[in-house]
Amino acid sequence: MDMLVDSISWICLVIGSLFAVTGGIGIIRLPDVYARMHGAGITDTMGAGLILIGLMFQGGASLVTAKLVMILFFLLITSPTASHALARAALHHGLEPLVTNKEAGS
Amino acid sequence: MFITTMAAIIVTMALALLRATLGPTVFDRILAINMFGTKTVLLIAVIGFMTRRPDFLDLALLYALMNFIGVVAVLRFSKYGHFAEPEAGEVTL
Repeated sequence: MDMLVDSISWICLVIGSLFAVTGGIGIIRLPDVYARMHGAGITDTMGAGLILIGLMFQGGASLVTAKLVMILFFLLITSPTASHALARAALHHGLEPLVTNKEAGS
Repeated sequence: MFITTMAAIIVTMALALLRATLGPTVFDRILAINMFGTKTVLLIAVIGFMTRRPDFLDLALLYALMNFIGVVAVLRFSKYGHFAEPEAGEVTL
């Protein structure tokens, strides 16, 4: 049983790490601010979520897991809010999103 | 296994710092710093588990909240140029 829980935890940690690095590469390679938010979004949801869930399996049923749940909850509330504020501020500042098809885009 | 996760998180932090250095606009930099803060939270949590001192999670919780407040404060500052309440007519975030 211990072995099973450890394996699930490791799988979550490794997949979460992969998502984190994917988002990191995305934030470097994507062309403009609005596109880069996708990269940041991947690390904030899948990366952070899977890594924290993996740690929860390590913690077992204890106060540690409760704290991890709180961290996950706050991250899931705050990072979309921060992204929303950022996109709004960028639009208000007059930054145009990159559009490949000029006729379809407004 | 914690080492792998830690390495991945540190690589991501390095990439985010690179974008914060390169970033053509101020919003790129804020985005990268926000991501850096999220990764800091994860790094502290993983280090806490690796050294078998899960008390570090309190610090991670604090960083998660501070990061959000910091980003919103910097966004407001970049828009209004001051931290005071927006005056009537100004669009709030």
